[in-house]
Amino acid sequence: MEELKAKTFDSSKVCTPTHTAMNTLTMKNYVAAVIGLCLVAPVPRAWTADELTGTLKKIKDAGFISVGHRESSIPFSYYDDKNEVVGYSQELVMMVVDAVKKKLNLPNLAVKLIPVTSQNRIPLIQNGTIDIESGSTTNNVERQQQVSFSDTMFIIGTRLLVKKDSGIKDFPDLKGKNVVVTAGTTSERLIREMNEKNSMGMNIISAKDHGESFLTLQSGRAAAFMLDDALLAGERAKARKPDDWVIVGTPQSKEAYGMMMRKGDDQFKKLADETIAKAETSGEAAKLYQKWFQSPIPPKGLNLDLVLSNDMKELFKNPNDKAFQ
Amino acid sequence: MVTFVAGLDWNIFFQPAFDGSGTYLRFLLVGFQWTLLLSITAWILAFVVGSIVGVLRTFPGKLLPGIGAVYVEVFRNVPLLVQLFLWYFVLPEIIPGLGTWFKQGLNPLLQQFVAGVLCLGFFTGARVAEQVRSGINSLGRGQRGAGLALGLNLVQVYQLILLPVAYRIIIPPLTSEFLNIIKNSAVASTIGLVELSRQSQQLGEFTAHWYESFIAVTLLYGLINVTVMIVSRFVERVTHLPGYVGGRQ
Repeated sequence: MEELKAKTFDSSKVCTPTHTAMNTLTMKNYVAAVIGLCLVAPVPRAWTADELTGTLKKIKDAGFISVGHRESSIPFSYYDDKNEVVGYSQELVMMVVDAVKKKLNLPNLAVKLIPVTSQNRIPLIQNGTIDIESGSTTNNVERQQQVSFSDTMFIIGTRLLVKKDSGIKDFPDLKGKNVVVTAGTTSERLIREMNEKNSMGMNIISAKDHGESFLTLQSGRAAAFMLDDALLAGERAKARKPDDWVIVGTPQSKEAYGMMMRKGDDQFKKLADETIAKAETSGEAAKLYQKWFQSPIPPKGLNLDLVLSNDMKELFKNPNDKAFQ
Repeated sequence: MVTFVAGLDWNIFFQPAFDGSGTYLRFLLVGFQWTLLLSITAWILAFVVGSIVGVLRTFPGKLLPGIGAVYVEVFRNVPLLVQLFLWYFVLPEIIPGLGTWFKQGLNPLLQQFVAGVLCLGFFTGARVAEQVRSGINSLGRGQRGAGLALGLNLVQVYQLILLPVAYRIIIPPLTSEFLNIIKNSAVASTIGLVELSRQSQQLGEFTAHWYESFIAVTLLYGLINVTVMIVSRFVERVTHLPGYVGGRQ
């Protein structure tokens, strides 16, 4: 590498038209090497056990870790009444942060909490603004081409939130009705497919975020709101009269929520995976589940009352990072 | 950075869209159409409202200019996004019969379009009104007085003397307002209208190819705006009065 650089610094020689075939070759090599370097640069040169690479090195050099969180994904990641970030995913990611502190031997490592949306979370991971995102992000194959996912934190099913007296019991009852989904969610894709395939004549409204979707449902614009069941329970908890709303319908899909990290950063992913797996097998995650899904939670002290599904029980026994789609 | 740029995959636009409507290119073009339709309809409303309010502000007396001033201050000073939420979420709730009909009788897409047109039209109308007012005021009092002295009534003075010149003078700032309305039309994405910026967000969301999506959508907005600028130059040239202010010789 050094030799190569030294040669190419003398660019006048290399670039004159009179130079020999040997020089042309050097030029070619140089170009190839530069391209090669650029492609290889983000990948660590040596794989020794202790050498820090990728995100962990970045964290150590910068002296802080940036954690992306959501603002209103109840009860995964959201602001409570004291404007602090809380939730099931938030507690899990703080465990990962603790593991990072331990690994880097930096007990006072600063933690930057950065709110993200479903639109900007992937670009912010990619451009390095945040090091890890933990909220309610589904691990799927498309996203895996852009980012990598940790072991699964949660498994949800996509269902419907409707008014108790609406008479809607399941998806076939939605024929000819207005249905709201949050833009960009898997539910949006599923309901549009269902509408097309079964010619159900639904009008599908895609709202900007879950709060707006629920507002659309509450204001009577839509008869049903399709989303991940856990998030629906969270939205219901925010309603003026939570008892007026029920979650119904056969789950249309399962989704695995994971933490998001930059792609190809095996060292950091391994640390996150180990932390999550340990929490899940040790019973810590089950305790967190109880705390966030079966007990009163801020801001209103409402109990989401969501039964631990068989998929979740299976996950806690065998932690993995498999995507369902 | 290099790997990231090299990683762009433009074939994404030829893959089938998540909603089964065709390719993602078609998907973006649907958004492109809604953006055009929304911007142009809202612009027509803004132009009509702005002209009326702008003229009111230059009328003699206190009442009519006062009403115009209140309109301009209210619509210009309330943030666009807030106005949109007022039109879409709040207004139907406070008008009992009509509101329920609007919410439940109309196709959701039409609701979003109507709310978007009203919001952008009345907001931009306030800005157009200021351009019209300044255009009229730039003409000097003599013209109005001369018109009245000739026996024309006030409407005729505006119609035949003041406005034809005032509009010509304000073509450049009106072009800016039109360009603004196109860019501002992206706020309609927040209530779910499937316009260009919404489609690009959706594309990013479902394919995770955010950068390709943002680049394509930037080019499409650019295309609209450049077209508007060219058309506006053309209009300016065709309507140009020889030797008059604002026009090239």
